Amino acid sequence: MAVSEQEILEGLGKIVNEITGIPASEVTPEKSFVDDLDIDSLSMVEIAVAAQDEFGVEIPDDQLKNLKTVKDVLNFIQA
Amino acid sequence: MSANRARVVVTGFGATTPLGGDVTSTWSALLAGQSGVRSITEDWVDSVPVKFAGVAAVDPSEVLPRPEARRLDRSEQFALVAAREAWQHAGAPQVAPERLGVVVSSGIGGITTTLSAYDTFKEKGWNRLSPFTVPMLMPNGPAAWIGLDLGAQAGVHATVSACASGAEAIGYAMEMIRSGRADVVVAGGTEAAIHPLNIAAFAAARAMSTRNDDPQGASRPWDRDRDGFVLGEGAGIVVLESEEHAKARGARVYAYAAGVGYSADSHHITQPEPEGRGIIMAMTQALTDAGVTGQDVKHINAHGTSTPAGDVIEVQAVAKAIGTHPLVTSTKSMTGHLLGGAGGIESVFTIKALEDRVVPATINLANPDDGIEVDLVHGGSRKLPDGDIAAVNNSFGFGGHNVTVVFTTH
Repeated sequence: MAVSEQEILEGLGKIVNEITGIPASEVTPEKSFVDDLDIDSLSMVEIAVAAQDEFGVEIPDDQLKNLKTVKDVLNFIQA
Repeated sequence: MSANRARVVVTGFGATTPLGGDVTSTWSALLAGQSGVRSITEDWVDSVPVKFAGVAAVDPSEVLPRPEARRLDRSEQFALVAAREAWQHAGAPQVAPERLGVVVSSGIGGITTTLSAYDTFKEKGWNRLSPFTVPMLMPNGPAAWIGLDLGAQAGVHATVSACASGAEAIGYAMEMIRSGRADVVVAGGTEAAIHPLNIAAFAAARAMSTRNDDPQGASRPWDRDRDGFVLGEGAGIVVLESEEHAKARGARVYAYAAGVGYSADSHHITQPEPEGRGIIMAMTQALTDAGVTGQDVKHINAHGTSTPAGDVIEVQAVAKAIGTHPLVTSTKSMTGHLLGGAGGIESVFTIKALEDRVVPATINLANPDDGIEVDLVHGGSRKLPDGDIAAVNNSFGFGGHNVTVVFTTH
């Protein structure tokens, strides 16, 4: 089942909002999790855990540290 | 009363209980004689012999912002809700971080997190656990989160002594101020233990009421037909302050936290010592520490859990250590037993009784048991006298821990 980038973005926005309280509308592809959204490393782990449940994609720790922007995560999930 | 020691005052309090989400709603429900006990509707109820509990009136996860609530065990949620109420009630004191402490305890800690995280681990694997699993299950978690919330640096502690934990926390907090370690300490107890394993385990100890056909009549301290305690949940927190600090900022003083006494039965891991020697020792030491006599004590918020073994021993000890004159009540008849949270909420109730000069009645006390000489308040609340008076909160825990805290109006 193919999931569109827009659907993934919306799902990711919901997850980020649930975990951090940041409005889903601010979760846009060019945003950096650390620099733009002020999300710390443990919150990134929470987001990765939730994303695994939501999209069925394992995100290993050594990959997680390379996912710096929302676009990086979109690409990883679609790959 | 020692003249060269800082006196400790109560300048704020907060609570979230089976009767209400704050002190005002809880206190009016207590004075109205309402029960906070209700039937459990979760699907696991068929697996346990007890089908009711004192569930919190207001779900803390609906009060706290969602991103915050999801990182907290329910015991931590209760503690933060009550601590924030207490802090605002105290007027959000201006205090240097290195002069602000926290002592907040729980009897069992984040046990619901422990158990649900173990399920996640077994079903999905380690990497699906929340990175906040450890701070959610650790028993010092409630104290630590409050410390972070308020920026407390004088020391953040969690004393653990089963159902005496909350009272012990308040005693420890008093000593932090008296010894000069802190000017303001946020103290109390919290518990969120309504989980089938805890109910099963307490039932296995034959400690719980199984009055399933009448949940609101199940917690009946001192009544002939009592058959065990009723599990409750929530938190009670007080703001303690040196009198000097409170006066300097013009704070309203609700009571003095005048004395504390501790003892250990050293008799049996769960059964009370039949002569109440340990309880008498804790009460006697607390009165001495407070510089008051038994005659000064006009009210006792008893431990009174509704167990066949403990209730009468406690009031017989009260008669020996303090006298038969104080107005004795057990608010557990309405809230159920909050375990480590009990000493927190019941200290708040003891302070409210002094402030309003009224003692809420014990409900469900239809036929007092034999051997009771003290003045049990039942059938309606009773007034406390004017003038300088003292009141006592007793808390005892599995392990033989006994803690008595004395509050005074002067």
